[in-house]
Amino acid sequence: MAGGRIRAKLRRSNLYTFACHRPHPTEEDKTDEIEGPGYSRIVHCNKPHIHEIKPLKYCTNYISTTKYNFLTFLPKAIFEQFRRVANLYFLLAAALSLTPVSPFGPMSMIAPLAFVVGLSMAKEALEDWRRFIQDMKVNLRKASVHKEGGVFGLKPWMKLRVGDIVKVEKDQFFPADLLLLSSSYEDGICYVETMNLDGETNLKVKRALEVTLSLDDDPTFEGFDATIRCEDPNPNLYTFVGKLDYNSRVHPLDPNQILLRDSKLRNTAYVYGVVIFTGHDSKVMQNATKSPSKRSRIEKQMDKIIYILFSFLVFISFISGVGFIVKTKNDLPHWWYLQVPDREGLFDPNKPLQSAFYHLVTALMLYGYLIPISLYVSIEVVKVLQAIFINQDLNMYDEESGTPAQARTSNLNEELGQVDTILSDKTGTLTCNQMDFLKCSIAGTAYGTRASDVELAAAKQMVMDMDGQGQNGNGNFSEKNGHEFAGPEIQLETVITSKDEDAINNKNPIKGFSFEDSRLMNGNWFKEPNENNILLFFRILSLCHTAIPEQNQETGVFTYEAESPDEGAFLVAAREFGFEFCKRTQSSVFVREKYPSSQEPTEREFKVLALLDFTSKRKRMSVIIRDEKDQILLLCKGADSIIFDRLSKNGRMYEEATRKHLNEYGEAGLRTLALAYKKLSEEEYSTWNDEFTKAKTSFGADREANLERVSDLMEKDLILVGATAVEDKLQKGVPQCIDKLAQAGLKIWVLTGDKMETAINIGFACSLLRQGMRQICISSNLDAIVQDCRQAAKEDILQQITNGTEMIKVEKDPHAAFALIIDGKTLTYALEDDMKHHFLNLAIECASVICCRVSPKQKALVTRLVKEGTGKITLAIGDGANDVGMIQEADIGVGISGCEGMQAVMASDFAIAEFQFLERLLVVHGHWCYKRIAQMICYFFYKNIAFGLTIFYFEAFAGFSGQSVYDDWYMLLFNVVLTSLPVISLGVFEQDVDSEVCLQFPALYQQGPKNLFFDWQRIFGWMANGLYTSLVIFFLNIVIFYDQAFRLEGQTADMVAVGTAMMTCVIWAVNVQIALTMSHFTWIQHFLISGSITMWYLFLLVYGEMAYSLRVNAFRVLIEILAPAPIYWSTTLLVTVLCNLPYLAHISFQRSFKPLDHHIIQEIKYSRKDIEDGHMWSRERSKARQKTKIGFTARVDAKIRQLKGRLQKKYSTMSTCHHPIGQQQT
Amino acid sequence: MNSGTPSSSAGAPGSAESAAPRRNSKRPKYSRFTQQELPACKPILTPKWVISAFLLVSVVFIPIGVVSLFASRDVVEIIDRYETECIPLDSRNNKTGFMWSNADKTCNRIITVTKHMKQPIYVYYQLDNFYQNHRRYVKSRSDQQLRNPGNERDISTCSPEDTTPEGLPIVPCGLIAWSMFNDTYSLSRNNQQLGINKRGISWQSDRDRKFGKGVFPKNFQNGTAPGGAKLNESIPLSEQEDLIVWMRTAALPTFRKLYGKIEVDLQAGDVINVTLQNNYNTYNFNGKKKLVLSTTSWLGGKNDFMGIAYLTVGGLCFCLAMGFMLIYLIKPRQLGDPSYLSWNRNPGGH
Repeated sequence: MAGGRIRAKLRRSNLYTFACHRPHPTEEDKTDEIEGPGYSRIVHCNKPHIHEIKPLKYCTNYISTTKYNFLTFLPKAIFEQFRRVANLYFLLAAALSLTPVSPFGPMSMIAPLAFVVGLSMAKEALEDWRRFIQDMKVNLRKASVHKEGGVFGLKPWMKLRVGDIVKVEKDQFFPADLLLLSSSYEDGICYVETMNLDGETNLKVKRALEVTLSLDDDPTFEGFDATIRCEDPNPNLYTFVGKLDYNSRVHPLDPNQILLRDSKLRNTAYVYGVVIFTGHDSKVMQNATKSPSKRSRIEKQMDKIIYILFSFLVFISFISGVGFIVKTKNDLPHWWYLQVPDREGLFDPNKPLQSAFYHLVTALMLYGYLIPISLYVSIEVVKVLQAIFINQDLNMYDEESGTPAQARTSNLNEELGQVDTILSDKTGTLTCNQMDFLKCSIAGTAYGTRASDVELAAAKQMVMDMDGQGQNGNGNFSEKNGHEFAGPEIQLETVITSKDEDAINNKNPIKGFSFEDSRLMNGNWFKEPNENNILLFFRILSLCHTAIPEQNQETGVFTYEAESPDEGAFLVAAREFGFEFCKRTQSSVFVREKYPSSQEPTEREFKVLALLDFTSKRKRMSVIIRDEKDQILLLCKGADSIIFDRLSKNGRMYEEATRKHLNEYGEAGLRTLALAYKKLSEEEYSTWNDEFTKAKTSFGADREANLERVSDLMEKDLILVGATAVEDKLQKGVPQCIDKLAQAGLKIWVLTGDKMETAINIGFACSLLRQGMRQICISSNLDAIVQDCRQAAKEDILQQITNGTEMIKVEKDPHAAFALIIDGKTLTYALEDDMKHHFLNLAIECASVICCRVSPKQKALVTRLVKEGTGKITLAIGDGANDVGMIQEADIGVGISGCEGMQAVMASDFAIAEFQFLERLLVVHGHWCYKRIAQMICYFFYKNIAFGLTIFYFEAFAGFSGQSVYDDWYMLLFNVVLTSLPVISLGVFEQDVDSEVCLQFPALYQQGPKNLFFDWQRIFGWMANGLYTSLVIFFLNIVIFYDQAFRLEGQTADMVAVGTAMMTCVIWAVNVQIALTMSHFTWIQHFLISGSITMWYLFLLVYGEMAYSLRVNAFRVLIEILAPAPIYWSTTLLVTVLCNLPYLAHISFQRSFKPLDHHIIQEIKYSRKDIEDGHMWSRERSKARQKTKIGFTARVDAKIRQLKGRLQKKYSTMSTCHHPIGQQQT
Repeated sequence: MNSGTPSSSAGAPGSAESAAPRRNSKRPKYSRFTQQELPACKPILTPKWVISAFLLVSVVFIPIGVVSLFASRDVVEIIDRYETECIPLDSRNNKTGFMWSNADKTCNRIITVTKHMKQPIYVYYQLDNFYQNHRRYVKSRSDQQLRNPGNERDISTCSPEDTTPEGLPIVPCGLIAWSMFNDTYSLSRNNQQLGINKRGISWQSDRDRKFGKGVFPKNFQNGTAPGGAKLNESIPLSEQEDLIVWMRTAALPTFRKLYGKIEVDLQAGDVINVTLQNNYNTYNFNGKKKLVLSTTSWLGGKNDFMGIAYLTVGGLCFCLAMGFMLIYLIKPRQLGDPSYLSWNRNPGGH
């Protein structure tokens, strides 16, 4: 609970959940503040009809999370669509296509736009429909509502009104925000699970007012009448101010009486409540925030390309405008066959500027093919399909919890392939958030013989080091590399599995309890010298908590709903030691104590007089109890530093020994808490209690401060009993995964709420830190000094940062690795504007960065700093509500859909079940998606430039009149049908190397962060390729067809024939091009590429027959005119080959002389060398990851270097604590 | 905040069983497709493939080039440019004026056949700098009217040649028809008339489907502005093949159109007298006019470019193939040589 607390909890204004006494009915003056602005809500209980008319008409309980409804869908969705610049341009073009300015018929502009926009809108509609269905499922849930005369009946949730009396039964959700009136328990308490609200899995206790306790049966509500005045709807989950006017008396209300919508009734048979806030007024709905919409960097870059193309479009339009003016002014009057000027003034030699303006519009529309209209929609389709693949990946499916990976937003897929820095939460992400009680120190004696994971890892490391020494002794070093590298993984795995086996072999594995020491077990503690302290220790464990017991009906074993897993582990431990916490009532805790002296456990009742709750600020919690001998005791547990500060003089007997043990535990990666107590006399208690009561019942802003001050008075002069050590287990596969990610060149930062020692130890456990790594710890040493000397503190920190940077600068050894460890308090200074860049520069130089004791806000700030400071792509991963800020801030947010609720997942872009799946998500899916999207976009631009420019060239040959050589329908279908499917298949199915190789060669991932496939060079290369293709297609066709007969029968080619031949070349060239681009052909690609070409001919056939009715010249253009002409076919062949020749030569050349890594690996796979020469394969695999400075491999590397004597270990003489931790560890 | 999902807490014993079936349903189903494991062919450009691809192209292209070139060489083509020569010397300063005058525009040209020409010999007229592909021009026609006698008023697209000043529809309407080429040629060899067959010079489908059998020219060329050819109002459009050919607008400002066929062989050295009516005004815009006699091959007319292009590309590919072969011989890179991997090339590079 101390620094080792998991969740930095959301602020809870109500500190004292279990205050054993109720606030007295407050004086009238208190209620005054409930009037006035912000407190205007009046609820007439049991008279819902009053709330159906104004002025008390509140919103219904119908909720809707949809973006649109039937009426608003069309305008809203259309508006959304046309917020994209490209779409707006096409809309304008479509509108203009209805005027005579248009170079083509309106159909060819409107149809593709309608198709593209329609498709996007259909997707929107589908998504919204799903939301609507989900809403309706909720809205139609049935709730039991008081009808009249004390009769309750079922009603759908959406029909609930403010003022209704509702009966909610066990394990049901509350349909709206309710005021608790009574429950199945006599004292009116009930248990509530708020996981849907704040992600906390523990149960909370709610308590009804005393005056309403009698309303615990259906008929009692017949004449029930009361009025509630309370605050207006607001999103604050933990506050509520109001008063209940009942039986002409006014009773104040606080959050304890409020049951929030979407939380669940647990452990209580039923409750009655009156509806206060309905539907969107309820706190949970007020809280719903939209996660910010993120766009991937590739898409942003793509926008730039589109702007470039737009400028180019405008540019060539101007060229053609100038050409038009020249032609119109000088030549057109002589072209008698045109009879200019025309009526519309489009070609008026006398007003060349006016005509030129019209022409400019025409040209802008005509060359619009440079901008691929279908790009956005194709990308959207591709991304959705990619997301489906991510969701369907069985390798990212967690069998245990049954959750598959989930791409919650599909527009960041390719960003996954470019991640540079991972910012990870620790608890619940790296660790399981499952606490095992492992060791304890009681009265200066250490108990517990089991070793922690960290200790095991350290031990194993030592064994391995010795092995390594043996192997390396013979100097045959490089030959053996591969085998050595294979080593650590296997060993690490065996250690971990053997540990699991241990747990299985253990006869009675108990969740949360791995303690082994016969001195304390089975009642043996009674024989220990300090048995009184041990008894006290156990009592603190079993009494000082806020948990609720739950008895398993079959086995009779108690399980505990605790606020934190540590607490749960304590209770389990206490149970195992023979102090079974079995019942909690409003005022008492019952514990079954089992002594070796007697067979049967005796049930003891401890009256809880006060409970001072845990907060992250206080870092301690206490209970004041009265035992059966009327002795009043304060039991306290908390962070060791806090407790040690509060010990009395005679309470420090075991301080030194305990400190020593705490250090040991800390080094072993355990979370520690110190336990203490003090005895209170009756009067001491009652004086304090008076003050406490006063503070408790006071209202207003200083209430909290008051309470804190009063609690502080009590929690001092304590007597130390001992300390606990709980192991926070690492999640499965975490060290391996971190190792792999590090090999892939990713930097990993850990941001944790834990204290520094714990964080460092976890760092060791998951290989983020290693022996020999220089640690730069930055902490504010000015703890004791008060806030005044902020400046001094800042300077001190700046000094430390500068020292660290200097140290790295002077370091000559290329293998030296640094680790930066910084704590939250220091971070507040380091994140200030004038410091943050120094801090960031230092952090970037370090191989691993660990930030401890950071608040959720700071997590988000650090994320922003990394994102904006480095300009690289950041990924934040976390599981709890405290990670939401960081997840939303990072370029990519990944939520762990584990057990800590849904908050993080709801805010995330991707959700995975375990940290270890991150490797596959990034290294496989990210890598693929990045390459796919990058190639796809490049190709898209290529294709449209190749096609669009031919239109421009033809213009120049047609007197800049705006005539297109292609039939309208060719152009219409080009983007939408004829070339769209192959490019989608490229975007969905392309794999440069298969998933296994991606994982085996993590270095391949670096192609993404280095942006090798979407840099400007490549983009312009593709554009140049498009330019070349357009030139070849146009001029070859023109030269071949322009004046000579093209058939044996002597006919010459007209515009339709030339256009069709040219289009055929375009279709072939771009499709052959995409085939050359792909490296992975399944039947789908084969089918789609050849299908596209076939489709073109089929289209010509069909269109050629239909053309008669469509009033165009293309009638039978294929079968009668072109197909019988050999020159048509030979032109196609010639142009297609010539178009793709440079690209083929380029990639052949590149592959021969500048092969990229995936080329080589493809070749190795292709020639099956990996099977023939397994030695080489594994050697390369290991080399592919050599550059890492963190992770397991790095540890081994460092060791080897050290042994080879290449590295002279130097310890810096810096004053900051950069001691090699390894020495401590051993 | 999702209120719809029933959430199971990990610690609650009761919920575990109810959650079990839900879990199974969430498990993605295995299929090679969804796991992206479909069997795939992964061709890579090994040196062998590169060289053979280039060689293949050259092996295919060079013969095609040779054959095309031969075909093109077989074609005999005689071109006679006459637009200047057919203006009397004294009118050459004012060619347009001459064209507008009522002077006799008959002009005699003499063509010598250089090489034996096998029948059919195609007679073309070629115009230069004539923008049949101008947008205003291309649009100015009415296919409906051409096809269907009932649609003669379907002239909305034909402006300005849509109606006579009296408002009667012009058939065929539009600028294209109005500006139809009207030079005529008659050829004689040794004072013997050479028949020019004007049947079958247009596309079959045009005659059958596009130009109506029942559509006759009406009010054509009656306007103030004289255009090109006049049409015989007693012949349906489907038989006016000159019109049909003319209506197929050319793609470029230089174009040839079929005038007719000579169905006898011409011997080398034959002298052909051409009597032509130089009616068509290209002098405004300096358009050239040419009379072309040409035979055809399977490739069409004389088209050396095709063959040369094929030979060039074939040759280029051969050079590339040789180049790559040399490169592979001089500086061989073993397939899948790991020493080319980035981490081997710049060791220690990050």
